[in-house]
Amino acid sequence: MNEVSTHPVAHQHTAPTGFIRKYVFSLDHKVIGKQYFGLALVSVFIGMVLSWLLRIHLAYPDYHIPLLSKLSATGAPGGVMTPEYYLSLLTMHGTLMVFFVLTNAPFAAFGNYFLPIQIGAEDMAFPRFNMMSFWTTFAAFVVMMASFFVADGPPISGWTAYAPLSAVGGDAGPGLALGQDLWAISIAIFCIASLLGALNFIATTLDLRARGMSLMRMPYSTWAWFVTSVIALLAFAVLLPACVLLILDRVAGTSFFIPAGLVLSDKLQAHSGGSPLLWQHLFWFFGHPEVYIAILPSIGIIATILPVFTRRPFLGPKALIGSMVAIGFLSYMVWGHHMFVSGMNPFSATIFSIPTLIITIPATIMTLLLTGSLYGARMRFDTPALFCLGFISVFISGGISGFYLAQPSLDTYLHATYFVVAHFHFVMAVASLFGVFAGTYFWFPKMFGRMMNETLGRWHFWLTFLGVYCVFMPMHYLGLVGNVRRYSAFVDDYLAPLIPVHRFITIAALLTGAAQLIFLWNLIWSRFRGPVASENPWEATSLEWSTTSPPPFDNFGGKHPVVNHGPNELGMDGPDGTDFLMQTAPPKNS
Amino acid sequence: MGKAFAVLVTLITLVSIAFFFLHTWWLPPNISTTGRAVDHQLEETLIGTGVLFLAGQLMLGWFAWMASGKSKDAPAKRFPGGAASLVVTAILVVGIEILTLTFVGSKAWGAIYLTPAEPGALRVDVQAEQFAFYFRYAGPDGQFGGIHPEKIDDGSGNYFGLDPANDVAARDDIVVGSLVVPVNRPISLTLHSKDVGHSFYVRELRMQQDFVPGLDIPLHFTATQVGKYEIVCTQLCGLGHYNMKAYLEVMSEPDYEQWLKTQAGQ
Amino acid sequence: MNRKLLCLLPAAAVIFYSVTAGAETPTPPGGATISGKVTYTGTPPKMKPIDMAKEPTCAKQHATPVMTENVTTGPDSSLQYVVVYISEGDQGSAPPSETVRYDQRGCQYLPHVLPMQAGQVLQIFNDDQTSHNIHPLAKVNPEWNKSQPAGSLPIDTKYDKPEFIPVKCNIHPWMHGYFVVLKTSHYAVTGQDGSFSLKGLPAGKYTVSAWQEQYGTQTQEVTVGGSETKTVNFTFKALPY
Repeated sequence: MNEVSTHPVAHQHTAPTGFIRKYVFSLDHKVIGKQYFGLALVSVFIGMVLSWLLRIHLAYPDYHIPLLSKLSATGAPGGVMTPEYYLSLLTMHGTLMVFFVLTNAPFAAFGNYFLPIQIGAEDMAFPRFNMMSFWTTFAAFVVMMASFFVADGPPISGWTAYAPLSAVGGDAGPGLALGQDLWAISIAIFCIASLLGALNFIATTLDLRARGMSLMRMPYSTWAWFVTSVIALLAFAVLLPACVLLILDRVAGTSFFIPAGLVLSDKLQAHSGGSPLLWQHLFWFFGHPEVYIAILPSIGIIATILPVFTRRPFLGPKALIGSMVAIGFLSYMVWGHHMFVSGMNPFSATIFSIPTLIITIPATIMTLLLTGSLYGARMRFDTPALFCLGFISVFISGGISGFYLAQPSLDTYLHATYFVVAHFHFVMAVASLFGVFAGTYFWFPKMFGRMMNETLGRWHFWLTFLGVYCVFMPMHYLGLVGNVRRYSAFVDDYLAPLIPVHRFITIAALLTGAAQLIFLWNLIWSRFRGPVASENPWEATSLEWSTTSPPPFDNFGGKHPVVNHGPNELGMDGPDGTDFLMQTAPPKNS
Repeated sequence: MGKAFAVLVTLITLVSIAFFFLHTWWLPPNISTTGRAVDHQLEETLIGTGVLFLAGQLMLGWFAWMASGKSKDAPAKRFPGGAASLVVTAILVVGIEILTLTFVGSKAWGAIYLTPAEPGALRVDVQAEQFAFYFRYAGPDGQFGGIHPEKIDDGSGNYFGLDPANDVAARDDIVVGSLVVPVNRPISLTLHSKDVGHSFYVRELRMQQDFVPGLDIPLHFTATQVGKYEIVCTQLCGLGHYNMKAYLEVMSEPDYEQWLKTQAGQ
Repeated sequence: MNRKLLCLLPAAAVIFYSVTAGAETPTPPGGATISGKVTYTGTPPKMKPIDMAKEPTCAKQHATPVMTENVTTGPDSSLQYVVVYISEGDQGSAPPSETVRYDQRGCQYLPHVLPMQAGQVLQIFNDDQTSHNIHPLAKVNPEWNKSQPAGSLPIDTKYDKPEFIPVKCNIHPWMHGYFVVLKTSHYAVTGQDGSFSLKGLPAGKYTVSAWQEQYGTQTQEVTVGGSETKTVNFTFKALPY
């Protein structure tokens, strides 16, 4: 292997000593990646427990949930949720999941850990920014969780926080006072953290690639993190000022989002001149790219992992990368599809629906490429592979329901029903999360030097795959009946007969949630007792598999890798009777 | 493993499609003149996406089945036509589907939202507030009184903030908690909000429209069937969102006139 | 001689205490009464029927729709729901230990106007099958806003400062009532016939106030002797709108 390299060294700091420098305020992208992963893990379990509480309340409204009155005596007297507490928990569920799980886990956690290694760098371009971005995210998390403990509880306006409900303050009802302020501050802090992170990823990808690592030789996961970072840079840059304007409306008497003449709690509000639709435009200009921030890294992870288990090159790498870039670009043109019936000009709805439908083309291309990559393969069905297969199935399901919502003429019926809830849970909560699961099972050996338990992994997969279909497929039917979302109880004439369906969903959700404990147990047990992992247990090709498990402090032990191949060299006659070539293997004609 | 996955994914797909096909949980009958086009669009989309759903999941299952249990020495095959054929298929199939749906769908959408109400339509003023809808008819003088938010007093039934003391037009305005309309007559609604965002949703009309504080938003329809239907709020507006509704009562013309007379007398 | 007196003392004590302690009702602090009627002149506004269609469980409890109550009149031009109370001249007293009760039944507040003394415990009950959300719009006292799901325990609270507090339900906008928190223990709410009676007043000079939720407060001064009954009438000017 040619070891000469002239690219700039990422950082000049030496290996850290001392507990704080090594594990707390670390500059090492690997530690920071694990910190993000830990934060996402805590967030997802809190978010999941919140979803259980919501589902139990919907299906069994009279049931006294044990311990809930301890969490909030006003919110759940005797263990029965008040309507506003239901909405508080709903808001926190959505907020935690979208921001602290789906932006953190596939993007910040795995991206931080593996992007530098996959491109052959020693660390991120700006390690101090990197450390700051994690701890800023952590600060945002603390502020967000603080809203559980203030007098009025967390905000009740949903993760979308539409104005003027979120902007006028306590007059709009319980749950809209200090909790909403904390929410807005937390999200603003989160934006700053994400902007720092995105800058870091972009600079690292463009500047610190090892010799021979051209852009087209980068693994698909790296491409995904790179495209996602560009999306994130532009998206969070809009959400941050939106949150600032919201805070100003709430505390400084401005009226960005509040028009004149509103009467709340019998008081004429002293605002005028603002536009509620302005909030929606700002929010969704961020919010739509955000959902691609949530899914693209998972697509990249799946596309990276799948070939390792099919032992075949990925079908159509250029088309895949082109589709990712196309999605990134188109994601900025579609935000109005969240606003078809919002009161914006209905002609705009027709305009927005066109790129919304067009964006299904690259998504379909990627799905077909993933599926086509299975054709004629001899597959190894380890757990990461199972989650790849599961991903394709749930991504198809989630994508199909998007076709309905992309059309304004159907959205007039389906907007704000459980059909929408089904759609976004399939693509975000399930598909994106399957990418995280696949990545965890795949990269755990590299990160911790031990294998995860395969039997537990399989149980986790089968129960989860069946479970998520039982939870989210029925929601499409509820949507077709017109079951409205964000209702804390189903008292309307046409809704009461649907409660048996909700009970089915609730039980499925509780069981599927319980299955995640298998995953949690597997993580904890394997961390300490899993069988020791070799350098390349999966026989994969990308650069992280050419170093030790876990990698040394500077990733490659003082060596600077030189890259001679793309990540796709699988399924041929390789050296030593293997069927693959690592990216750092000598060139084929040498 | 691959075979088990194939079986499971096939089962899930077939069971899911069955429930769509059997209309086990379905839309209520349409009672609006513009609703038929929406239903037609839905049928088209169900068929189109149903085929894609079936094809995608079954192909996945089939390939997973084929990929399992293969001997190590079997020659590796590549997808016929490679990536290029898949890209072209995606662009063509999805592209044609998109064009069809957009072209047909824009008519259904336009009929509701891009055409004005018929002249002479019955005008009703709709106010959404935390947490009820109120409806105002112009009364015998045919004129709506002005709205003054500072005069709103729910306790005395002055939901709209009318000023009958000084505004003669407001004196005979009829304010009720249900939307009562005659059948087969064009109705023109003007939607405004007293406080925060709300939304007007009647499933049987196949219509939904948000209320935006600060805006007066038009929505029109013609109901073709007598009956009582629910209007529910679909935009999160606070704690009582789940219990914010009103009834749309479509009456025969004589019944409506009778109702109007009774209201005017009160 | 002294010894005889001494023997009499215990007997005298027994007699004294038995005469005083054996009394069945404590002597009232005062015995005067101020009573009268509250009426209106002019044309009051027509009360409107309340449409409870959005809450069927409440709507079906009323055979005929209930009416708004902001200006409730009775026979002979009487005004109901007027709170008449001593606003000045009263020594003031500690709040009684009894609680006052407020019910939400049939999606109405019962009673429409609830007077209480500052510091007296107020219990709010939800007797309906629907959730109510009780929001007393206090300005002087702390303002709060709480949900009370159907079947939940009563809410116990109290107000420490005198104030006229409108009460509303967020979920059912037509529900409307008042907490009238007073310093004095001498108050009454007029019934259908508009009459009121303030009993047990010590002799002295008083300012009597009558408060109607739409027409505000009127006052009159009156002096009463030991067990006098004096009549004080109030007349509010009513307008049709």
